[in-house]
Amino acid sequence: MPSIRNFSIIAHIDHGKSTLADRLIQYAGLVSDRQFRDQMLDTMDIERERGITIKSQSVTLPYRSTAGEDYELNLIDTPGHVDFSYEVSRALASCEGVLLLVDASQGVEAQTVANLYAAMEHDLTIIPVINKIDLPSADIELAKEQIETELGLNSDDALLCSAKEGIGIQELLEAIVERIPPPRGSSDLPLSALIFDAHYDAFRGTIVSCRIFDGTLRPGDVIRLMYNDATYKVEEIGLFRIVREPRKELVAGSVGYLIAGIKTIGDIRVGDTVTLDEHPAPSPLPGFKEVKPVVFSSIYPISSDEYQSLSDALEKYKLNDASLVYQKDSSAALGQGFRCGFLGLLHLEIVQERLEREFDQAIIMTVPSVLYDFTLKDGTTLMVDNPTYYPDVLEIERCFEPFIKASILIPERYMGAVMKLCMERRGAESKFHYPTPGRIEMTLEMPLAEVVFDFYDRLKTVTQGYGSFDYELSGYRESDLVKLDILVNGEKVDALSLIVHRLRAREWGVQVCDRLKEEIPRHQFKIAIQGAIGGKIISRSTISPFRKDVTAKCYGGDITRKRKLLEKQKKGKARMKVVGMVTIPQTAFVAVLKTKNE
Amino acid sequence: MSDSRQLPGLYVHVPFCLSKCPYCDFTSITAPELIPAWLGALEKECRLRSGTFGLFDSLYVGGGTPSILQDRHLDRLVTALHRYFQFEDRSEVTIEVNPDDVCENRLELLLKLGFNRISLGVQSMQESELHFLGRRHTAEQTLRLLDTVRSAGFDRMSLDLIYGFSADPAVPHRILWEKTLERVLRFEPDHLSCYMMTFEGDTPFKKLFSEGKLAPPPEEEGEGLFLFTSELLEEHGFLHYEISNFARSPDTVCRHNQKYWDHTPYLGLGPSAHSFRDGARWWNTRSVPHYCETLERGSLPVEGFENLTEEQLQLERLFLGLRTRRGVDESLLVQRPGASPVLLKLLASGIVERRGSRIAPTRKGFLLADGLPLLF
Repeated sequence: MPSIRNFSIIAHIDHGKSTLADRLIQYAGLVSDRQFRDQMLDTMDIERERGITIKSQSVTLPYRSTAGEDYELNLIDTPGHVDFSYEVSRALASCEGVLLLVDASQGVEAQTVANLYAAMEHDLTIIPVINKIDLPSADIELAKEQIETELGLNSDDALLCSAKEGIGIQELLEAIVERIPPPRGSSDLPLSALIFDAHYDAFRGTIVSCRIFDGTLRPGDVIRLMYNDATYKVEEIGLFRIVREPRKELVAGSVGYLIAGIKTIGDIRVGDTVTLDEHPAPSPLPGFKEVKPVVFSSIYPISSDEYQSLSDALEKYKLNDASLVYQKDSSAALGQGFRCGFLGLLHLEIVQERLEREFDQAIIMTVPSVLYDFTLKDGTTLMVDNPTYYPDVLEIERCFEPFIKASILIPERYMGAVMKLCMERRGAESKFHYPTPGRIEMTLEMPLAEVVFDFYDRLKTVTQGYGSFDYELSGYRESDLVKLDILVNGEKVDALSLIVHRLRAREWGVQVCDRLKEEIPRHQFKIAIQGAIGGKIISRSTISPFRKDVTAKCYGGDITRKRKLLEKQKKGKARMKVVGMVTIPQTAFVAVLKTKNE
Repeated sequence: MSDSRQLPGLYVHVPFCLSKCPYCDFTSITAPELIPAWLGALEKECRLRSGTFGLFDSLYVGGGTPSILQDRHLDRLVTALHRYFQFEDRSEVTIEVNPDDVCENRLELLLKLGFNRISLGVQSMQESELHFLGRRHTAEQTLRLLDTVRSAGFDRMSLDLIYGFSADPAVPHRILWEKTLERVLRFEPDHLSCYMMTFEGDTPFKKLFSEGKLAPPPEEEGEGLFLFTSELLEEHGFLHYEISNFARSPDTVCRHNQKYWDHTPYLGLGPSAHSFRDGARWWNTRSVPHYCETLERGSLPVEGFENLTEEQLQLERLFLGLRTRRGVDESLLVQRPGASPVLLKLLASGIVERRGSRIAPTRKGFLLADGLPLLF
């Protein structure tokens, strides 16, 4: 029986996590060079295109050490984004150690720090790895210094590698078997396995990724999901070796999959404990949390007769993404749709993109909102994630909005610009820490609403790409909120309403009016756009009519060409929403909150 | 509203020019040696189409440059047309003519052949602009010809003009355009086609436009030129009856072109010519050699055909109607009269106006003709 090691690779985005995983897979000989493609573990198009990992995947790598011992190395690939931090925490809980990747030319970044803390919380063995040493801009000494000072790790322990060039891979694998402890736990105890992710397969149903802590799992076992309190009969178990490889048993310490006729991924909760129905574990594994959405937006079909089609698409989509929540919604401007909750903005973008690409839906997404908490005069509380349901101002006693603790790591020279940006976004209680000369780590409290939109983009812009950002939710705080309504030619467009802080209302009003002026094409007539609080207009912009569009001649009887052009334009227009008489493009609803990149 | 009560029109495309103008997208080649073959093929096409459309009340010989045909070729062409098709007595019979191809004798011949309307490709009365447009003729030649057209006995004369471009950055085009109009108005044409320069198809101007080396006037200037043209000509008694077309009186409206815009049947002969009848449209190959070869084999040179759905016919009625002063029937725009907020808005904005049961574009509305059909 080979010895097992369970590990994960953690890194700031773009520090080479997927490339290193690829190299390890190749080294283990799991795929032939012919079958190999980049980002082996990122199976979704969107993951490959964006170079990000959305879902956790694991792979079991066979390895014979230089000492001649055989090992099964379980690499658990984790999502690389704060939206999926709970999934990351469950993946880390399934490991005994991590490779902490640092880009030799970029050095330690905010996510590196956040990831380190996460790994430390799980008491994991940390192997610092300096990657991309082949780059001309690599500064290994500086990276080592940062590992010492910013991460507090012994830089002598750091391994050097270039995942791209395949340098240092053998040493890395040796370090994994030498430094990361083998899993503890006993195969004879009652089964206790942690679900760290699940995938949906059209033929097999839900495929559950899990780590066995104690006990043994075999096909035919009747398992109980402890949180959900549901039982299933196991059909198949096995290891992920790029393809699923069925096994007769999974013993304590293993990482693998189970298939048990679980219809939808919604029946599974990441973090839940799998045990045997007959001999249950005395208690579930620690750390289970119900994931709650933090960002909300409504999805509407562009054409109202596509509502059923959108409804079907969401249902199918949900099979593979349990973290999306949705319910019916309706808007005076946009008709019937769905209010959806997301883990964060990246999650929102992913859902939008996949609905459009994989499910061929033409949709409009409204301005994202966070979940506000209102205490009303009658003593009741009201949670509002949709400006449409903003309570009557006369009934509101107090308002609360969610805050985050942001941590931002930047080169010192951008301090001024970043402070300005954070102050604009109502950042407060900032603390500074100088991990190494020339670098600043800022931590501050900010309203979630101010970052959900384009804060990260803006940070990247003002720091020319050098700033890195991470955050965690830190609870609700009282806030002076108002509802900003947008009127297009005098008609209120409910889907454009926003809940904003009173002091920023005017600023938002001006911005939304200006953005809409850019987003809405000129019409044959003048269009007035107004921002209003209550009945009071606080901002306005005007789209002047265009005065001439006639170009194409219609002579010589070739009417067909002209008509075809019109038919094409009509089709394009069907992808826009007509509110009143004004055609509003799909992009306008989300674009209103994006500040312009000067 | 399909005006099948109207008699059909016949169009003949002469796909030859002595030189290509850099803005022109119409099918034409500079290979006069192919004229006899084309003529032979055209005769065959006439024979194959003979009797299919019944009596015509308009004939339009366009191009290309029909006036580069030699006398005997013109004679042969007209003979073939009369052999295979019937024309109503008072038909409108137009030929497009280039100012440098025609002398007094030529005009007499055209009259003798039965042409009663001449369409002159004047384009501009400014030498610098004619040069820019790649025209072969001079303003001088045009003046000389204009002097003789009336005396030769043509009582119907239409002039083609182009505006909205800049041949010389030192002189505002607006001034040159005004002069061109003034000069041609002295000859009292009974019809004017004033086309705003567009960059289309596979032309040298289109290429320059794509490369950013040539641009249409800014929107406001283009608007100004258009409105100025319309106002000036209406002050001179013309009727602005279609975006680019002006008639001295309702009687001098171009009967043939009108058929394209109101779904009256028309038969097109020659390369690239389009035909329409009973909700179907078809068009000939653009290639002159291919046109000749196909007819040589005894087949029709039809390259494309479409049967229009009722929806497509409606859309065409809408956009064609909105390009003309007659406008469209209100029922085409709204199901229930008066219930369309868009229509009310357009009426209030002075883009369209109500005339009985019809909705017609105003002068300002003509400028928006491309977008208007999309609003309904």
